[in-house]
Amino acid sequence: MRDFIFQLLFVWYPYVCLTVFLLGSLIRFDREQYTWRASSSQMLRKRQLTWGSNLFHAGILFLLLGHTVGLLTPTSVYTLVMTVEQKQLIAVAAGGVAGVVCFVGLTMLLHRRLFDVRIRSTSSAMDIAILALMWLQLCLGLLTLPLSLAHSDGSVMLILSYWAQGIVTLHPVDPATLQGLAWPYLTHLVLGMTLFLVFPFSRLVHIWSAPVWYLGRRGYQVVRTRRPQPASRRPAE
Amino acid sequence: MKIRAQIAMVLNLDKCIGCHTCSVTCKNVWTSREGMEYAWFNNVETKPGIGYPKDWENQKRWNGGWTRKRNGRIQPRIGSKWRILANIFANPDLPEIDDYYEPFTFDYEHLQKAPELEAFPTARPRSLITGQRMEKIEWGPNWEEILGGEFAKRSADSNFEGVEKEIYGQFENTFMMYLPRLCEHCLNPACVAACPSGAIYKREEDGIVLIDQDKCRGWRMCVSGCPYKKVYFNWSSGKSEKCIFCYPRIEAGQPTVCSETCVGRIRYLGVMLYDADRIEQAASVADEKKLYDAQMDVFLDPGDEEVIAQARRDGVPDAWLEAARQSPIWKMAMEWKVAFPLHPEYRTLPMVWYVPPLSPIQSAAEAGKMGVSGAMPDVRSLRIPLRYLANLLTAGDEEPVARGLERMLAMRAYMRSKTVDGVIDGAIAARVGLTAAQIEEMYHIMAIANYEDRFVIPTAHRETSEDAYQLRGACGFSFGNGCAPGDEAGNLFDGGKLRPKNPMEVA
Repeated sequence: MRDFIFQLLFVWYPYVCLTVFLLGSLIRFDREQYTWRASSSQMLRKRQLTWGSNLFHAGILFLLLGHTVGLLTPTSVYTLVMTVEQKQLIAVAAGGVAGVVCFVGLTMLLHRRLFDVRIRSTSSAMDIAILALMWLQLCLGLLTLPLSLAHSDGSVMLILSYWAQGIVTLHPVDPATLQGLAWPYLTHLVLGMTLFLVFPFSRLVHIWSAPVWYLGRRGYQVVRTRRPQPASRRPAE
Repeated sequence: MKIRAQIAMVLNLDKCIGCHTCSVTCKNVWTSREGMEYAWFNNVETKPGIGYPKDWENQKRWNGGWTRKRNGRIQPRIGSKWRILANIFANPDLPEIDDYYEPFTFDYEHLQKAPELEAFPTARPRSLITGQRMEKIEWGPNWEEILGGEFAKRSADSNFEGVEKEIYGQFENTFMMYLPRLCEHCLNPACVAACPSGAIYKREEDGIVLIDQDKCRGWRMCVSGCPYKKVYFNWSSGKSEKCIFCYPRIEAGQPTVCSETCVGRIRYLGVMLYDADRIEQAASVADEKKLYDAQMDVFLDPGDEEVIAQARRDGVPDAWLEAARQSPIWKMAMEWKVAFPLHPEYRTLPMVWYVPPLSPIQSAAEAGKMGVSGAMPDVRSLRIPLRYLANLLTAGDEEPVARGLERMLAMRAYMRSKTVDGVIDGAIAARVGLTAAQIEEMYHIMAIANYEDRFVIPTAHRETSEDAYQLRGACGFSFGNGCAPGDEAGNLFDGGKLRPKNPMEVA
């Protein structure tokens, strides 16, 4: 039974989540452009948002980047410049700082969303749920920090990164390797995948639209035309 | 030279009676929806006053419009592209809804359903955001109506810069005017520049600035970028919305709703031709007082053969060129120079212009000290300080405004002489640099203001760019995705709000 549950949660569930994440995002982008937005509530209440949002976003962006690079960089690549132990130390230290920054911001945002009547009454169920889920996920992540320090050889980190690399390369590792991990790690994994699952149905889709292209816009003005374009400017039919 | 045409607007403030018909009809048509209750694409403010949202003209506070860098280039005052992106998580220059006002309704039902009471039942206000009781309404789109409120607060109005304002707080010296405001559909719009998504655009055919509701992601930089604070964040849809210049009506050759319903007949719509290649240069002029002249240099004479030929090459239809020659906007802004842009110092090159109001002659007249130049009163002794109008319309340069007011006074003097005394006095016209024929035409357009003279709007030629056959059976104008509204209940993607509120419920 335990084997089956691990097979279910760490081999099948990730693919369900990733599929919904990608296809769901695609369908929503294609069909529901009008719902595709960041849903900022700053206009209704600035209080607690300036600090909350900035700290949260700075922290979460760093954590996302850290998780992606940390989990998916093959061991043979980073061991060229550092040992596994060193990498774990960096991960715990940097991730810890970013995690605390993110925690402060997210707690402010969640508090604001739940207890500011303006924000609460204009929130959808998903707006609240997604914040609560992320808050829980962050707490679990922070909870793993002392555990990681306890085994500074990096063995747990290696197990997790092999698992993650196995998932994205479509060669999932034997879930039995995860069975020795403490519950904060396992719940952090499951909840993390769940965030991917609900991603397309929440405001998180705005991440796909991070407007970095703005930096590359030539000049400032945007002009559109309805006029038929001369043949030279028209795409071939 | 790249010639484009725009439907521009002029508002003759001399005739505005502040009735708010424009605001109300606009609201009924476009913004009586959840999320936009607080937003007025058109509102009428009483000046002097700090306006709606509070203090909108104070760009030291809101950082709207453009700023000229030391190297002579311009960038949005809220910052370069890097700065704008860095502020995307929490925009430091965004007004809060309380700077506009918290939208509300009244418990009307209570008037009918209240039990027998000692006191007369009242309909108390209730928030349209939270559904809760509001004890006090703090602000609104016309809060300082007819000089409401203390002078000390109203006089924070930025247009008092350089004016000894204290004396205008006295009852004997007080003055007021109405300022109807809407999106300026600028040639150099700061909202477009500030939009990281590229969702805001100017239409090449008619110059209308629109927000693509599908592409807007709600980064809300346009709200800060616009110095007129005429882009509104819809808190329900999470997207920004603004005046659309009633483009479905304009395309059909009809005036905008605000213009059509204006009882004072103060609004004019017409074509202006402009050189798109000269916009950046005109907006970057070093001296703010020269911006008004620089913008006029961007406009092109529709009677010039060379302009006509180039406009045809650039795809401006002949009907539009004909309309440009009849344009009341051209006449008022360029020929008679009685209309001026609103706050040219924002460097947005606005396309909704204003004819400044005349005002009664100051108490100086009573004291027998009235200044006169020739047969006409000196515009500097008008009740509204010239500098105040200049701060509003010409970045503080009094000369153009004085000339405009003199021409309007001359029109009155000329027509009075003609109709009362039966004397055609060409000297009055000559004194203000016009001919008698021009004065007569001014009178016809500005005083009589017939419908067909106010609105010279060529139709759009959609048939050249759309295949109407493919549009048959389509939904027409709708929010969301074709026929399906994106915010319907039961939508998989972020539909169904928690909605405990019921604004009509009586507490």
